[in-house]
Amino acid sequence: MQPLKGQRRPGAHRPARPDETLRSDPAPSRLRYRMHRLMLTPRFRFALRVGLPLGLMLAVGAGYFADQDRRDAVRLAIADLRASIEERPEFMVELMAIDGARDQVAEDIREILPIDFPTSSFDLDLDLIRQEVTGLDAVERATVRIRPGGVLQIDVTERVPAVVWRGPRGLELLDQDGNRVGPVFARSARPDLPLIVGRGADEAASEGLVLVAAAEPLKDRLRGLVRMGERRWDVVLDRDQRIMLPAKNPVQALERAIALDQAQDLLARDLAAVDLRNPRRPTLRMTQNAVQELWRIKNVVETADGDETEPEGER
Amino acid sequence: MIELYESQRAMRNMRRAAMQRGVIAILDVGSSKIACLVLRFDGAGPRHDDGVGSLAGQSGFRVIGAATTRSRGVAFGEIAAMQETERAIRTALQAAQKMAQIRVDHVIACFSGAQPRSYGLDGSVELEGTHVTEQDVARVLSACDVPDFGEGREVLHAQPVNFALDHRSGLIDPRGQVGNQLATDMHMLTVDALAIQNLAHAVKRCDLELAGVASSAYASGISSLVEDEQELGAACIDLGGGSTGISIFMKKHMIYADTVRMGGDHVTADISMGLQVPKTMAERIKTFYGGVVATGMDDREIIDIGGDTGDWEHDRRTVSRTELIGIMRPRVEEILEEVRARLDAAGFEHLPSQQIVLTGGGSQIPGLDGLATRILGQQVRLGRPLRVHGLPQAATGPGFASAVGLCLFAAHPQDEWWDFEIPVEKYPARSFRRAVKWFRDNW
Repeated sequence: MQPLKGQRRPGAHRPARPDETLRSDPAPSRLRYRMHRLMLTPRFRFALRVGLPLGLMLAVGAGYFADQDRRDAVRLAIADLRASIEERPEFMVELMAIDGARDQVAEDIREILPIDFPTSSFDLDLDLIRQEVTGLDAVERATVRIRPGGVLQIDVTERVPAVVWRGPRGLELLDQDGNRVGPVFARSARPDLPLIVGRGADEAASEGLVLVAAAEPLKDRLRGLVRMGERRWDVVLDRDQRIMLPAKNPVQALERAIALDQAQDLLARDLAAVDLRNPRRPTLRMTQNAVQELWRIKNVVETADGDETEPEGER
Repeated sequence: MIELYESQRAMRNMRRAAMQRGVIAILDVGSSKIACLVLRFDGAGPRHDDGVGSLAGQSGFRVIGAATTRSRGVAFGEIAAMQETERAIRTALQAAQKMAQIRVDHVIACFSGAQPRSYGLDGSVELEGTHVTEQDVARVLSACDVPDFGEGREVLHAQPVNFALDHRSGLIDPRGQVGNQLATDMHMLTVDALAIQNLAHAVKRCDLELAGVASSAYASGISSLVEDEQELGAACIDLGGGSTGISIFMKKHMIYADTVRMGGDHVTADISMGLQVPKTMAERIKTFYGGVVATGMDDREIIDIGGDTGDWEHDRRTVSRTELIGIMRPRVEEILEEVRARLDAAGFEHLPSQQIVLTGGGSQIPGLDGLATRILGQQVRLGRPLRVHGLPQAATGPGFASAVGLCLFAAHPQDEWWDFEIPVEKYPARSFRRAVKWFRDNW
């Protein structure tokens, strides 16, 4: 029978060569094996992917900027760029407008703000300007802004002088809260304002103003208020009369004195002082003349009538 | 006994760490090839408590890298040349890692040699309470009297295969059951300690941590025996390159394992000597034209065995396939006879079912099942490892039975002696641990 697979020549099978059968399968060296494992470590790969470029960039940057000249050049370029933007006409400020201030104060403001116009709005520190302006005595409040059109607008609310204070530095004007407004050269320059005297009077100026208002009935005679010992007030009237008020509730004490005056003409008499410092024991101090007159009258009465008549001036 | 299992416990902890990382490598150190699989555990699905989970309990992992390399430095399933073996392991691991694109730090290895010996142990103990607790199981396991397995041997597996409570035997899990006396049967497999140490050393030299060691006969048994074979009793014959592993399974437990120190390499050596050809050529001839049953057709099939000497006559030698079969068959018969002898010694004929499964690279010889039927008995079949997720087609052959079995072993290892707590009375630091136990029991 014919062989089913047909006649084969000897050697029909593909000759097998040993180098074919022995497939090349080289073992990795220890180092390569470790490197391969290292490369498969996620953290290491991350470091390689992110950390290495970052580090390289930092190193290159640091190397570039290690030279002073390059550093200066870059800084200069940045400054130039900045200046070219800042000096665009849109950002320039041409002039300063001050509203709400008298000429004198406006002049003062211009004096303390040494700004050379035109200047860039980036160079203006509005907060600082506002602080400078508010630092003036005469200015109570100020708002500073840059108006479109390149105008530095300063709106000022001035302090209103309410009282004249004769303090350790001479005559000064204070507003109603005791803040300094400015100097005044003579009392007669502001006769419309009440006068307060004494150390610490400025801090209690608001209280003084209340007292002045309460002393309205004595307005013609009122000379001023004296702060005594930075603690309490004396109301000084003409003829050197004083109403000494307590530290607590001075207004009520003053009103009491005024009531006495209106009832009994107290202050029209020859008194040196009405002492109301102790509210339970008001005291009168008479002048020298009044005392002598009293004594004299007493003598006359004693010689005439004995002890029965009381002198009228004593209470 | 305690210090003996410290290394095994350490490996179990390593395996747990690897599970948490989710990646583990499987290394089958064979005499003819070294296979490496990289497994990724992506959270095992819901465990079914009624026996086997979905997909035979292997749904929890996936093979993401596989590589094989020609083995060098391994003889009879044992490491013979450390440097060579280390290089081969490195090759396989690097290729597998490259395929998986992931770095592996933990490896579970198996090897076939090292003269395994099986011991059947039994022990019994009175229960402390009315119920069997974990502690009782640990006590009964440590109550087994361990035979003197000699110097230089190491316990590779120590698996409780059966529990008996009073007069009820065949319990799989006695915990929680009521009884008085608990007895256990245990299968212990010891191997040459030097072989394990060599393997551990080789793995360590590759910058890896050893997370477990198994016998390759056991591993190929769990992968190539189907479930009812494992249940009813079967033997798995792993025809490897340098050695042939035998494992007998019963009630899903390995009850015996042995190795015949002969394998496919001996067949190759016979061909090489008989035909006067180099080893590589002989291996090629064996895999292409090999067989064990000659027919008339084979007389006419002429194989060119060639040569590279330059001598015309020598380089054009031919041989008929019948001659080749005549060389191979006696050696294969010898191997199978030896297996038969080992099975007889183990008392395989007393098993209810005597299924024999041939697997391993050597089982691919055409006609082997017919020859094996004559020698081993009628119930012989050729086995292939079961499929696992992601296993490449190239790694599905019977030669990868032990690698695949090791995957299953890595996913769901069987409880071994060292998985149970050390009995309280055996603790070295007695008083403190006892205090801890007292606290734990009472609160």
